[in-house]
Amino acid sequence: MAGKTIAEKILSRKSGQDARAGDIVVASLDLTYSHDGNRPLAMELLASMGTDKVWDPGRYILFLDHHPSPNAVSAAAHTRLRDFARAQGVRLYEMGDGISHVVLPERGHIAPGDLVIGSDSHSCTGGALAAFTTGVGSTDMAAAIATGQLWMRVPETILVRCTGALPRGVAAKDLALAIAEQIGADGANYMAIEFAGPTIDTMPMDGRFTLTNLAIEMGAKAGLIGSDAVTAAWLRDRLTRDWTHLTADTDAVYAQVVEIDAASLTPRVALPHNVDKVVAIEDLPRTKVHQVVIGTCNAARSSDLAEAARILDGKHIAPGVRLIVTPSSRDTMVASMQSGVLATLVQAGAVIATPGCSGCAGGCHFAVPDVGENVISTANRNFKGRLGNAESFIYLVSPATAAASALTGWITDPRLHQEIVP
Amino acid sequence: MNIAGRAHCFGDDINTDYIIASKYKTASLDPRDLTRHLMEDIDPGFGQRVRPGDILVAGKNFGCGSSREGAPLVIKAAGIGVVVAPSFARIFFRNAINIGLPVFICDTAAISTGDDLEFDLEAGTGRNRSTGALIEAAPLPRVMINIVRDGGLAAHIRRHGTFQLG
Repeated sequence: MAGKTIAEKILSRKSGQDARAGDIVVASLDLTYSHDGNRPLAMELLASMGTDKVWDPGRYILFLDHHPSPNAVSAAAHTRLRDFARAQGVRLYEMGDGISHVVLPERGHIAPGDLVIGSDSHSCTGGALAAFTTGVGSTDMAAAIATGQLWMRVPETILVRCTGALPRGVAAKDLALAIAEQIGADGANYMAIEFAGPTIDTMPMDGRFTLTNLAIEMGAKAGLIGSDAVTAAWLRDRLTRDWTHLTADTDAVYAQVVEIDAASLTPRVALPHNVDKVVAIEDLPRTKVHQVVIGTCNAARSSDLAEAARILDGKHIAPGVRLIVTPSSRDTMVASMQSGVLATLVQAGAVIATPGCSGCAGGCHFAVPDVGENVISTANRNFKGRLGNAESFIYLVSPATAAASALTGWITDPRLHQEIVP
Repeated sequence: MNIAGRAHCFGDDINTDYIIASKYKTASLDPRDLTRHLMEDIDPGFGQRVRPGDILVAGKNFGCGSSREGAPLVIKAAGIGVVVAPSFARIFFRNAINIGLPVFICDTAAISTGDDLEFDLEAGTGRNRSTGALIEAAPLPRVMINIVRDGGLAAHIRRHGTFQLG
């Protein structure tokens, strides 16, 4: 009998059967979570499932991350969520605590081997901790918090094996975009992706989360990385419960193997309006930048902000450019304050926004660009209208490319930043 | 369950932001208020043109992007009888079944806007009455057929207390 992928191992364990790709199982959930961004809220559908109680209040967590600057409708949603959390004994992370996908790993809510669902497509992020984490809609979430279970098809897995060290100025985000280009927007639909190889083995957790976060942009149900010494070191001060390492078997069966030579990569840019429409930065014609966003659940963790600050240190962004920095969580914000990174960014001309999703989806009522403007962002989506104006253009880049471009006012290769005149 | 109507064709990779833009997520809680904004960013005016009973036809990976259930809810509220595409993004696919919006997986390359289509959702067959071409659907997993038969996921869970795979 062949070995198992990470997805097959976790879904076998959680369904109590020998689960293989293609099987349909009912699996028990370790953790469920929802945010304030999508209506109907799962809690609003709970009664329709025939119950008024969350199956296990300790296993459902709520986040007010999408609307840190609420309008009347989202303020009402916040009140409902706070009231529900209080009544059910469910934990709620408040406005300003940060983005769910960043906070959950950071605050020790996810361990290797866990099965987790969130009512958000980027719930695949937690897979960097060798947990099967995936996104669902509100009705699936309501059924899940009513029963503690969800039906799932055990996905086939694409193995993305990355070799070679990332060159200077090339980040995990560039690697993620290169992979998205190769697999395509639906190349992993209904499947899981495992990221592995020497490049991943030496990659810090921040970069690993950037990779797994982008899995959904290739259609994947989950983005997974086996646990190792990097995982263990990161979890040491965060996870209070016992856990064991989880990796794929060496003889696991993969639907496809994609080889990536990380050492040959240059910075990448995803062009409007598709995440898989990716070019090498050296092939991009001179492109003006009006607004720069360093934020979202993709690449706005402490090391991302530090990388931007390294490039902006002692300089000032170009006239006519707005730089909006949204630390992805309260912990990120505090660490960036203590290290001086935020001071550097503010002195360079940045606006610092409330930790949360703002600067990603137009529903956040935040930093909506004007007609005809170009935005470069460390986000994961550049769909037309994503920032609230269908007549603007969004380019996806790494934090270093975002910072270098803020200095010049046009999309700029961060490997040139020493030569940039402020 | 038989559905017949006029086709409206869209391309590949139609994401949930295109189906209903993020900026309307907090505009109203009633999907019926949002139907006029359906597909607004890629086909302005579609929300006003579409008629109850019409059929939405798309290319591959329909519904990619966010998990927002508003996307299938607004399509359903506009009266669209079925969404037809060669493939659906996973979360949209589950959401549509869960809220009772029929989906039909088949090759759509030969369907044009304005074609008169009919589908037998139970049998998984259809016909393009404008061209005479027969259409065959990829089968749904048994659990999804059970959810559809029960009238959506809420009714399914109320009835069985869990998911019925068999």
